[in-house]
Amino acid sequence: MHVFNWHVFFEELPGGGEEYWQLIVSGVGWTLAVSACAWVIALFVGSLIGTIRTTNSPWLVRLGNAWVELFRNIPLLVQMFLWYFVIPEFIPPLKSWIVHADPTDAQFVCAVLCLGLFTSARIAEQVRAGIQSLPRGQRLAGMALGLTQPQVYRYVLLPMGFRIVIPPLTSETMNLIKNSSVALTIGLAELTFRARELGEYTFNFFEAFTAATVIYLVISMTANRLMAVIERRTAVPGYIAGGAK
Amino acid sequence: MHLDFGVVARSLPYLWKGFEYTVQLTAIAGLGGLFFGTLLALGRLSSLRWLAFVASAYVNLMRSIPLVLVIFWFFFLMPQVFQAMTGAERPVQIGAERTAIITFIMFEAAYFCEIMRAGIQSIPKGQVHSAYALGLTYGQAMRKVILPQAFRNMIPVLLTQTIILFQDTSLVYVISATDFVGAASKIAQRDGRLIEMYLFVAAVYFVLCYTLSFMVKRLQKKIAVIR
Repeated sequence: MHVFNWHVFFEELPGGGEEYWQLIVSGVGWTLAVSACAWVIALFVGSLIGTIRTTNSPWLVRLGNAWVELFRNIPLLVQMFLWYFVIPEFIPPLKSWIVHADPTDAQFVCAVLCLGLFTSARIAEQVRAGIQSLPRGQRLAGMALGLTQPQVYRYVLLPMGFRIVIPPLTSETMNLIKNSSVALTIGLAELTFRARELGEYTFNFFEAFTAATVIYLVISMTANRLMAVIERRTAVPGYIAGGAK
Repeated sequence: MHLDFGVVARSLPYLWKGFEYTVQLTAIAGLGGLFFGTLLALGRLSSLRWLAFVASAYVNLMRSIPLVLVIFWFFFLMPQVFQAMTGAERPVQIGAERTAIITFIMFEAAYFCEIMRAGIQSIPKGQVHSAYALGLTYGQAMRKVILPQAFRNMIPVLLTQTIILFQDTSLVYVISATDFVGAASKIAQRDGRLIEMYLFVAAVYFVLCYTLSFMVKRLQKKIAVIR
């Protein structure tokens, strides 16, 4: 029967100097860094794409739809490979940067771009649904007041639309954190990568995977609480009920 | 740069085998996940508190950790579990392909559970009461009254989840199973043709998933009219 060895985290790596828990901590750092950077891209691009899909310009709507379909219908793993192996071949400056850069930097940039744009398509879908769920009268009232289309969005539709979108954004944030583990396929040493590495070095797979599981649970619970606070802070009194408990 | 898509044509038989495995994995995991997911949903909605607790704990755990980590967990645990079950002397290796099938059934069960739970809860309470009033047992009420309606209401969501599953199965790459992506990447690395192979794989997935989700959308409209 397997004997648990929870002390494994405080043993030294074969090379010496570092202990295994430091490996896990550096993995957590990369997971958080990739998720945070990708989240910023996803929120920015996703809001933009989601918004243009609700405008009355057919070409902008088509562009937005094409964007969402493109990123939703290719597996994340394949997109990761495309960003790391294929796209740089078509952009010579990017290629020459990747060849000369630290491999970790290249993996990080590719993972962030991949996860950011992948998530942007999902956020765009939520933002579009949020804006379209607003009563038509809001847009019409804005226009009757003489606002231009950008002003209608800036002052009337987006402030309400974003508040409606916060709960689905919370689950997209958690998905993003989970999806960041796919970056291990291009060699980025994030949390899951490090957990497997620890298992392979020491054969304490059970302990390593348990640690990773607990850390993922803690990270997603924290993200969940954080979003709940934002939801409560931004709630419009009398319009959207309560906020998350 | 010189692109040579001949490599795709030359390796089509091998790629097709990988693709067959992907479809097989999706189908088995989809059906198995639906079956166990429905059981889990009944468990979560059960009036037995311990059963509801165990079912929700399982579902919430599965849904909060990355699929890649779930795959690693099962890949590591499965041989040990089989060893304990069969009393063998060493951990029983069943291979990446079979491990992947069990993993995806167990993983998808958690996601299908939430869909079926929503489906069951969308059925008006009166249906349950009238089933009991007619003298049906719990099993009969579920099998003959509630679940058929819940399935029907949830068909578009179930199909959408299956399309997501179809994409997610590509992650068996991390345990070196030879699915469609696995086959393509093995050829790509052997022949040094990463660009052509990955573009081809992306195009195939895109065309299939786009077509399927388009069909689901049309089905959704049709069902919505009938209801």
